[in-house]
Amino acid sequence: MTTLPMIDTDIHPAIVENPELPDFVAEHELPSRDGDRVIQFREALREAMSEEMRRDKRVFLLGEEVAEYNGAYKVSQGMLDEFGPERIIDTPISENGFAGMSISAAMMGLRPIVEFMSWSFSFVAADPILNNAPKMLYMSGGQFGCPVVFRGNDGAGGQLASTHSWCVEALYANVPGLKMAIPSNPYDAKGLLKTAILDPDPVFFLESERMLGDKAHVPEEEYYIPFGRARVAREGDAITLVSFGRPVNFCLDAAEKLAEEGIDVEVLDMRTIRPLDIDSIIESVKKTNQVLVVDQSWPFASIASEVVTQICERCFDWLDAPPQRLNTEDVPTPYAKGLEYNYLPNPDRIYDAVRSMVNA
Amino acid sequence: MTQATVQSEQSMTTAKADSLTAGLAPSAKNASELPKEILLKWLRDMQLIREFENRTMQAYQQAKIGGFCHIYTGQEAVAVGTIGCVNHDDPVVTAYRDHGHALARGMTPEACMAEMFGKVTGCAKGKGGSMHMFDRRNWLFGGHGIVSAQTPMGAGFAFATKYEHEVLGKTVDGGEAKKKVTLCYMGDGALDQGAFHEAQNMASLWGLPVIYILENNGYSMGTSINRHTANHENLIDRAKGYGMTGVQIDGLDIMNIYNEFKPIVDQCREESRPAFIDLKTYRYQGHSMSDPQKYRTKDEVDQYKDKDSIAKLASDLMEMGHLSEDDWKSMQKEIRDEVRAAIDAAEAADAPEDSELFTDVYANPEKNLSPTAEYRHGTKNPLM
Repeated sequence: MTTLPMIDTDIHPAIVENPELPDFVAEHELPSRDGDRVIQFREALREAMSEEMRRDKRVFLLGEEVAEYNGAYKVSQGMLDEFGPERIIDTPISENGFAGMSISAAMMGLRPIVEFMSWSFSFVAADPILNNAPKMLYMSGGQFGCPVVFRGNDGAGGQLASTHSWCVEALYANVPGLKMAIPSNPYDAKGLLKTAILDPDPVFFLESERMLGDKAHVPEEEYYIPFGRARVAREGDAITLVSFGRPVNFCLDAAEKLAEEGIDVEVLDMRTIRPLDIDSIIESVKKTNQVLVVDQSWPFASIASEVVTQICERCFDWLDAPPQRLNTEDVPTPYAKGLEYNYLPNPDRIYDAVRSMVNA
Repeated sequence: MTQATVQSEQSMTTAKADSLTAGLAPSAKNASELPKEILLKWLRDMQLIREFENRTMQAYQQAKIGGFCHIYTGQEAVAVGTIGCVNHDDPVVTAYRDHGHALARGMTPEACMAEMFGKVTGCAKGKGGSMHMFDRRNWLFGGHGIVSAQTPMGAGFAFATKYEHEVLGKTVDGGEAKKKVTLCYMGDGALDQGAFHEAQNMASLWGLPVIYILENNGYSMGTSINRHTANHENLIDRAKGYGMTGVQIDGLDIMNIYNEFKPIVDQCREESRPAFIDLKTYRYQGHSMSDPQKYRTKDEVDQYKDKDSIAKLASDLMEMGHLSEDDWKSMQKEIRDEVRAAIDAAEAADAPEDSELFTDVYANPEKNLSPTAEYRHGTKNPLM
């Protein structure tokens, strides 16, 4: 008779027992979005990290210039003073190295937050973030998870040209095992980042340099926005605009102008790309019967491609016209200001696209 | 493992070798002062790896094992000798030539073999295969398939144990935080990856207790070391460049490994510093099972086989009066039976259910994570 393998295939207890994921509440039960505590997007991010770091000493932040420089974009300003150099850690410019380190720290049950100054710099860390983090639970047969948050600026900054303007969502969301959140406003930034830090899976958290100064009311209280639940950013019945991250704001701008012309568009802010709240999209499409997906990644095999595919699979009969997508133009990112504007999804392009689809 | 083996192991460990049962590294300065039980356990572990790997090759040739398969024979003294210098709860991480480390760490041959057979009783329920051996209970953090991917990870485990000790004041699951050392194994091919240089820089900069153990078998796949890395005769100079301890060790003599390596472990643990060890060893088989080995001569292989580490330890133990020819023969037979039993068990075990395809992808599976898959929590290994 042979004895049994002495392998413990239960997941690491630190990974499942402790995140204490809250009982997520419905949208209307979250604290009000109206109020006069107006802070910047970057402050909302800082608040999320600081609150979680006060709660849980396993959480720490590492990245380039996060400590003594106070953050290349001042997201982590003041955090070194509060938490000390053991938990706010300046790294060398070695994304491959420190991202790889964060994987194993997470396997041990710590909860690293890794700041990429820009997601454009994450490609030199492709092996740890794509080949290790999302696959660790699976290839270890459930023994080791990887509760890490990778966060940083995604998408075009201001005239940073081809190498610094990456939108990584389409490339990275392709990989099973990871989650991806992409807030469009300060309120969501805080609530989503807090959820990301608690989540026991690797979360790719996409911010935008161009939004870090955006201001809005952010409640002082703690709140967690569940993943996989889109927000109706504007109600309408003429057409559904599906977007996420910075272009949500462009959709809202275009919607203003369209409303003046009698076209009421519905804008869905997806908030997370993986999970993708396709249910809310379907619900909206059943009302408007037309859909345009606005996506700041390139069109070929983009998030928009995925959304349109799922719409066709799940509610084709409800469509009055082919679903459309509006992406970043399919070229490398240009430097010149006017070219960059036309390259990105922008309110003008969205307005034109809607006008070509909807008769006033 | 047969009942007889379990019993003989138990009687072996109860005598003097407390460190074997307590999971602590022995304290002797010189291997010749070690209790006989530890030396015999080394011989047994090395021979177990040898026998296991020989049977693995057969099983591969019979197409019972798929994928890439990298055989460890020739290098047994490295895994057994270095792991013999650390505590059971010191983290270990390695590359894809990982069966030897798994067995030396205490993974059962059944779990290791069943993993390669793609069975649900394998260490990763048949989801990892030969290159991805994980064993949380034995502090083995993989088995990593990409050359040098494990080197920043080695720094990360050392960071985490240091963080537990210095920031949390306890382990993540509430236990007593201790000064730990991480062992990170790598082949000489990994020397040439940028990741390793980034890892060394951070490990030294931040005083992380990780030891990079270069299993220098002279070949990066089929490219000999003089053709793949600069200044290959002075690799430890690189460590010095990073302000790390660097030592070259003859890896074919396990007693020598212990004598040279143990003080480094103690120092790294005590001073919270990294080190780099250039352990000269040799692999008897090709890079992987599909390697025709046109890049080296049979003479070269035979020369190393003449210096075989297992034969050397057996003969040393005989000279020391710890082992007789008969003991050695019966140990070898016992191991043959044990590995045969592992093969039989792997053969008899079930393949994973189709539903296992969708488990263990997310620790917190939520709705709409995928357009086509519905993820679930994984089941426990059914034999546990």
